[in-house]
Amino acid sequence: MDGKSLVSIVSFGLSKFGKLEGLYAREIFAEAAKEAFDRCPKLEPKKDIQALYVGHMGESYEHQGHTGATMADWIGLGHVPATRTEAACASSGAALRIAICAVRSGLSDVVMVGGVEKMTHRPTAEVTEYLAMASDYPFEQWNGMTFPGLYALMATAHMHQYGTTERQLAMIAVKNHYHGSLNPKAHMQKEITLQTALSSRPVAWPLKLYDCSLITDGASCLILTKPELARKFTDMPVDIVGSGQASDTIGLYERKSLTSLAAAKVAGKKAYEMAQVNPEEIDVAEVHDCFTIAELIAYEDLGFCMPGQGGSLIEKEETKLGGRIPVNTSGGLKAKGHPVGATGTGQAYEICLQLTGQADKRQVKDAEIGLTHNVGGSGATATVHVYRRG
Amino acid sequence: MRVAEQAPFTIEQFYKHISQGKLLGGRCTKCGKLHLPPRPLCDNCYSKDFKWTEIPARGRLVTYTVIHIAPAQFQSMAPYAMGIVQLADDLKIPGMIRGVALEQIRIGMELTMDYGTCAATQPWPQWPRYYFKPA
Repeated sequence: MDGKSLVSIVSFGLSKFGKLEGLYAREIFAEAAKEAFDRCPKLEPKKDIQALYVGHMGESYEHQGHTGATMADWIGLGHVPATRTEAACASSGAALRIAICAVRSGLSDVVMVGGVEKMTHRPTAEVTEYLAMASDYPFEQWNGMTFPGLYALMATAHMHQYGTTERQLAMIAVKNHYHGSLNPKAHMQKEITLQTALSSRPVAWPLKLYDCSLITDGASCLILTKPELARKFTDMPVDIVGSGQASDTIGLYERKSLTSLAAAKVAGKKAYEMAQVNPEEIDVAEVHDCFTIAELIAYEDLGFCMPGQGGSLIEKEETKLGGRIPVNTSGGLKAKGHPVGATGTGQAYEICLQLTGQADKRQVKDAEIGLTHNVGGSGATATVHVYRRG
Repeated sequence: MRVAEQAPFTIEQFYKHISQGKLLGGRCTKCGKLHLPPRPLCDNCYSKDFKWTEIPARGRLVTYTVIHIAPAQFQSMAPYAMGIVQLADDLKIPGMIRGVALEQIRIGMELTMDYGTCAATQPWPQWPRYYFKPA
């Protein structure tokens, strides 16, 4: 590819993220779909949408599998082919990748892609156990590892190798809560102080409660089409110009580096090459901050700074709104929330708002090129997408 | 070792060795890559021929964490330390670190493997657990 549009996003929708009591996943997905349908009056969903891909991680939450058909049913898409993708927390990033392939193959002109997870009705201990399934069972989980524990291992290694501090990690939480306070759909819309973050109770040292993303309910979706058909549906399309996905060992312990996610670097390189875009050209990015250390490592893996310089980047406020490269203007997984299956296309939703000038109080001025980075598990899956205002 | 050499190169068999107090990996007889844990297909050359190889059960701590919020079956042990240990041949393995005060754990410290007994409290899995302690 040569920087040309792979597909165009002609509409996008996002449910409220938060503790959505009394709602079932399919009902939350319908809320996101309704927004996308209303946003694009020229689209006739039943006639135009030819396939649906839905990211969803766990059937344990609602005792409900078979998510693709369930969602198609509840958003009135009748017999449209509908498929669920699962790649842990990157489930809808992977769905997006497949949706792009579906359009590029020529088999479908218009596809809908999204994700959903309903988590908050379960006790935290159960949710923790379901989330841990994204990591290796026979060696990591069996011997006492937890999911926050895996990212804590990366944090300790990063601190040891580069001198990164718990204070710098806390700054990421403070920044994302500030961004979340500007997002009416965020789970947490309250600013926090550095002291609150630093004095919160330990979960897996060096990670504390405020280093961890939220257990959240939510859904997100996008409607994609061939670039040449985009203007038929909207005057403000957002083009996807780069797509990368990569895998790595399921066990963190088998990786060469414990301070970087190789899959994210590979996926990022692929996406940048396809888009013919350099990291310096990214105006706004949504990265996978399931833990604060994950955002810091993402800065380095995506080339926003050199390896080991992530701590300095956050200290200089370069990734805050108004900085050189605002990251997670939505509040990120940290404050907007992390309904795992919905996260990947939820990130794309924020980039669509930004590139079409609809991000309101958190608008990045003249944003033209955006990026999303969605990671599954401790980095065994990563998807990176690059977007350009159409 | 004759019986072990004929045993399948599986996770199940890895834990059978652990229950006997031995750390064994599978060395590919075609390309020579040593796999820990063992696997039935060499990810380097796709050979299915391996030889059980004993690995010195000691190494150096490369990173660690202290788990405060633990899964139900480990909650009574919390807070406890988990780490990744660098063994010989560029191999690494995760595990719990015991027998040392949490505040005295340091990256780079020498650890040896310790072996637990089989868990027979559930239908599956009934693997033993292994641990690390200061050398």
